[in-house]
Amino acid sequence: MNLKKNMIAAAVAAASFGFTSAVSATELEVTHWWTSGGEAAAVKVFADAFDAGGDTWKDGAIAGSGGVARPVIISRIIGGDPMGATQLNHGRQAEELVEEGLMLDLTELAEKEGWKDIVRPSSLLDACTLDGKVYCVPVNIHSFQWMWTSLDAYKKAGIDAPKDWNEFVASAPALREAGITPLAVGAQTWQTNGMFGVIRMGLGGIDLYRKIDVERDSEALRGEEMVAIWKAFGDARDLDDPNNSIQNWNDATSQVINASHGAQIMGDWAQGEFQVAGQTAGVEYDCLPGLGIAPALDTGGDAFYFPKQDDPEKTAAQMRMASMMISKPVQVAFNLKKGSLPVRGDVDLADANACMKKGLEILKDPANIVPGGDQVFSPDTTGQLEDLLAEFWTNPDLSPEDAHDQWATIIEEAE
Amino acid sequence: MPSFFRQIEQKTWWKRRPKILRNLSAKIAALPMIAVALVGFVGCSVWSIVYSFTSSKSLPKERFVGFKQYDRLFDSSRWQTSVENVAVYGICSLVFSLVVGFLLAVALDQKIRFENTFRTIFLYPFALSFIVTGLVWQWLLNADFGVAQVIRDIGFTSFELNILSNRDYAIYAIIIAGLWQGTGFVMALMLAGLRGIDQDIWKASRVDGIPAWRTYLFIVIPMMKPVFITTLVIIASGIVKVFDLVVALTAGGPGGSSELPAKYVYDFMFGRANLGQALAASTVMLTTVLIILIPWAYLEFSHKKDSENG
Repeated sequence: MNLKKNMIAAAVAAASFGFTSAVSATELEVTHWWTSGGEAAAVKVFADAFDAGGDTWKDGAIAGSGGVARPVIISRIIGGDPMGATQLNHGRQAEELVEEGLMLDLTELAEKEGWKDIVRPSSLLDACTLDGKVYCVPVNIHSFQWMWTSLDAYKKAGIDAPKDWNEFVASAPALREAGITPLAVGAQTWQTNGMFGVIRMGLGGIDLYRKIDVERDSEALRGEEMVAIWKAFGDARDLDDPNNSIQNWNDATSQVINASHGAQIMGDWAQGEFQVAGQTAGVEYDCLPGLGIAPALDTGGDAFYFPKQDDPEKTAAQMRMASMMISKPVQVAFNLKKGSLPVRGDVDLADANACMKKGLEILKDPANIVPGGDQVFSPDTTGQLEDLLAEFWTNPDLSPEDAHDQWATIIEEAE
Repeated sequence: MPSFFRQIEQKTWWKRRPKILRNLSAKIAALPMIAVALVGFVGCSVWSIVYSFTSSKSLPKERFVGFKQYDRLFDSSRWQTSVENVAVYGICSLVFSLVVGFLLAVALDQKIRFENTFRTIFLYPFALSFIVTGLVWQWLLNADFGVAQVIRDIGFTSFELNILSNRDYAIYAIIIAGLWQGTGFVMALMLAGLRGIDQDIWKASRVDGIPAWRTYLFIVIPMMKPVFITTLVIIASGIVKVFDLVVALTAGGPGGSSELPAKYVYDFMFGRANLGQALAASTVMLTTVLIILIPWAYLEFSHKKDSENG
């Protein structure tokens, strides 16, 4: 009897507590696909900052990279079950959702806080803008053009670590002799496509990259330079372990961290993994932006969109979250954990490590900045490229010439 | 003349009315189901077919482009791989699950000891979802840690098994996992069928000195035709819709060599924001199923009508 009374009292207390807290705080569900160790640490920065403001961050992490998470996120928004906020790569992924008026307009907040003046490079905010209105908050700058080498693996093999891609290819036989697989690659299709983009940038240079991605110049697409790059990429297939059975990029990064593989071509988000593993740039691992040949970076990255809500309380909370994400202290803390660069030009990154400093140095010159894949190609085109590159990587019967032709056709026909 | 018309009118009136009124409550009870079938199945199928002729991206838009989506679909090497794979998967899982399921049922039907235990063991995988099945087999078939490592530990140090990372064999990994999951269920259906066979038939065949395998082949199996048809329909529908297994086991890889049609539809509809292409693919799937189904249904039902009328 007594127990029952206590329980009722507890229930009443809980209910009234729930009621009072509902007035002051709003719970927002946030979906994202940041699930690796370094990424999770970065998300926690956001969550803690949001909770500290009196609201509640309800974490909706979806495992399995953007390819798995995006369909879930987009179908929820289209299906009328919008979350409070969601990660997407800015660019063309959310284009149609914005056109349909499913996303919250952040223009007022952006003007009040002067995002136009603080976001650098300005192309990041442009990617969030449609018809002069701002629909997303860029939170970081990520670029794909990095190669991560394991210095431990090279020590084991008894040779000097490579300074660029060509040295790396030359060092492959020595690595093999020491029982080390030269290149670590996850099987998810976007990784092969990204890797090809990086090799294309490294071997072909920034001008060729622009001609293809931005201008879609047919001559450049089918020219001699591209023939050579395709041949090099075909040869690179031999650097991978044919029995490779891993899927995720961070599993491939682990292989570089534990020195069973020599190197991985992956975006700068891989850096968070080295950090979580307690490794230091220049000691256990090294980074080669633009494959050490062509120092150019794309400025893709992540942005948060806020699907429209009926409840004005929630809309207010969405605005608070947007403002928090781009605020100075959060930008610094978040990006240090994530291994990415902050979107604000006016923050102090004294704590940045050697690799991040290399990146910042390259970004200083606007000539070194190219638009990211998500900004120039629609998800449909990107998907076709991914299918082709992944097939090419695993199928030795598909010759570089045939793949080159198919690849050029996809880009020529892209919208 | 007027009286002639009246006669016809009366006749049809007399004929029609009782037909509608017959089993009225049953017909009313069936109405919601009919409505769901018409709106949900027929309606949505028509909608899908109509929008497969548009250039819709994430959202349906009435921008008609003729057969463009179909041209692209049939040119796509990924779609060709998907179709070949579903054919291989379909034939293998149909044949093996029927044969193995039937043989297991026959073995259990020999009045063996611990029949319940065996039946439970064989049926258990069916209680797992395809996602779990896929993950389990991903680990079992892992070239570094799975069954291969166990065999290497036993002493066959040079043993290698990596069908998951082999372009030619990855689809067979999916077939193995699918069979492991579904065969127990086929066995249970078959066992129920075998138990439904009159014991006197067995006695009679024994008296005539017919060997057991001949009794099974020529007497029992023909008698079990309804069970086989039910099983066939269940397996066939499983083949067409297989999706989660491939997502969990190989994610279509390596390099798209184990893609299946349902995954093609899903990827284009949600991941790649190309609704038109996805609907074109699903329309082709629907058409294929109908091409197989209509002749079968025609044979099956017209035959029944004949026997009813005759």
